[in-house]
Amino acid sequence: MLDFTGIWSAVRLTLELATVTTIVLLVIGTPVAWWLARSKARFKEVVATVVALPLVLPPTVLGFYLLLALGPEGPGGAIASLFGGRSLAFTFEGLVIGSVIYSMPFVVQPIRNAFQAIGDGPMEIAATLRASPLDAFWSVAVPLARPGFLTGAVLGFAHTIGEFGVVLMIGGNIPGETRVLSVAIYDYVETLQWTHAHVLAGGMLAFAFIVILAVLLIEKRIGRSTP
Amino acid sequence: MSETAIALSLRATAGAFTLDVAFDAPMRGITALFGPSGCGKTTLLRCVAGLQRASGFVTVGGESWQDDDAAVFVPPHRRAVGYVLQETGLFPHLDVRRNLEYGYRRIAPGDRRVSFDEAVALLGVDGLLERSPTRLSGGQRQRVAIARALLTSPRLLLMDEPLASLDAASKRDILPYLERLHDELSMPVFYVSHAGDEVARLADHLVLIEDGGVHAAGPFSELSTRLDIARGHGAEVDTVIATRVARHDETWHLTELTFSGGTFNVARNGLPAGHPVRLRVLARDVSVTLDKQPGTSILNVFPATVDELVDEEPGQVLVRLDLNGSALLARITKKSAHSLSLKPGMRVFAQVKAVALV
Repeated sequence: MLDFTGIWSAVRLTLELATVTTIVLLVIGTPVAWWLARSKARFKEVVATVVALPLVLPPTVLGFYLLLALGPEGPGGAIASLFGGRSLAFTFEGLVIGSVIYSMPFVVQPIRNAFQAIGDGPMEIAATLRASPLDAFWSVAVPLARPGFLTGAVLGFAHTIGEFGVVLMIGGNIPGETRVLSVAIYDYVETLQWTHAHVLAGGMLAFAFIVILAVLLIEKRIGRSTP
Repeated sequence: MSETAIALSLRATAGAFTLDVAFDAPMRGITALFGPSGCGKTTLLRCVAGLQRASGFVTVGGESWQDDDAAVFVPPHRRAVGYVLQETGLFPHLDVRRNLEYGYRRIAPGDRRVSFDEAVALLGVDGLLERSPTRLSGGQRQRVAIARALLTSPRLLLMDEPLASLDAASKRDILPYLERLHDELSMPVFYVSHAGDEVARLADHLVLIEDGGVHAAGPFSELSTRLDIARGHGAEVDTVIATRVARHDETWHLTELTFSGGTFNVARNGLPAGHPVRLRVLARDVSVTLDKQPGTSILNVFPATVDELVDEEPGQVLVRLDLNGSALLARITKKSAHSLSLKPGMRVFAQVKAVALV
């Protein structure tokens, strides 16, 4: 009597969304984190604040603005029209954009901290050993900041899996397209399918436990490897 | 600028501190940048390496690294410079071998004048190659850092107090390696230090830095015996004399060390004949007599000419003696100087009570 197709489809979609979001976040977040860690620009903290906004904003507020931006009247609609669509709202692509913005601080902050902890010393040493700034970034800064990348990726992935409000606002509840785990649970509870809700909620609980334990263990390793 | 020299003139201001230095140094040997902490030595090295901006010019062996007049500023990674810091800065994510290869791989094979095996042997790090830098002692780490810098075949090696963070035993361990570096490679070195004994042991050329400016610059032997400088620096006035092992006297267990002014007798050591040895003689261990004393236990007595006398407070006189071309400083009482009526040009004898090998 358990509808495993529905559950499985929600799990698979959620994992896909989290994976794509994490990859996009690492690509976008790394230069942002580097700039925030190294720049001496005055407006740096303003940018840092914008990145951190999703930490404080209710997801519905973020979702509301995203809905406008992704809709037919917003820039998202303009982009969608290039590919023959009408809107990015209520699409998987729209969810990715929303998740990237929503989970950004969880990825940028640990990476920024790791870059800051490295300091100028190793980069200067690399320069005197003939490494260009870009070369030194890849061969020194990134390997030394590896624990920060690990923490950032784990947190970004987990946070995307757990998001609910933004998804509901911009994605709705289309099975196989935008119906992710958190929305499915809500749906099962609303329709009194308690067993389904139990399976998913229990799974999420175990997952969250593992994620937080993993992050704590990573941070413990950083503490040990720093002399 | 000549291809055989390093020339620089740099000016930078940071808050109340001003660095304003200009000097030439030879393209060979160790040039010690000597001065108290906070006098601007490290800032100077960082500017030479290009890690920090100052206005002026830096020319190394005919190659311009910075010239504000021509709007030239070579970024640090394009300067053929080696930099060794007090804290070694070995990359903790790479083992010793990959630390050593880091710079080596980044220079064109045609520019490699120091081979991997050569640097490894010179610094004695062959047994450490597979280890992680976090599992090395302070002295070992510093030797790896020096080898790593050498492997970029720098035109100029900068060393910023490389021994300052090491304990006495590690220092003793590493100094011979620095001497080998000096003897076996013709690479010029800027060696920053505020430790007089290191400078005495290693320096060929001296730049005295005070309050962000050059107080004096010149060959070490000349500068270290200039009375105005000797008086101003450190509690203990001394002379460093470059000698060579002549022979060993087995009967009396002595070693004879020759220099232009004669022969020193010191306790027998195991060094081969011809080996260079630097001696440090404290000015207070040198006394002056008008005639050669017949009955004395002092072995090291040299005919000398009085060069210059400077009064020192209280009741002391610093005398520079010329020992056939080598200078020697003596500190005697004002009363003795008066009763001997010492004057420049007088022929005297210098008695050296004690010497130390540095």
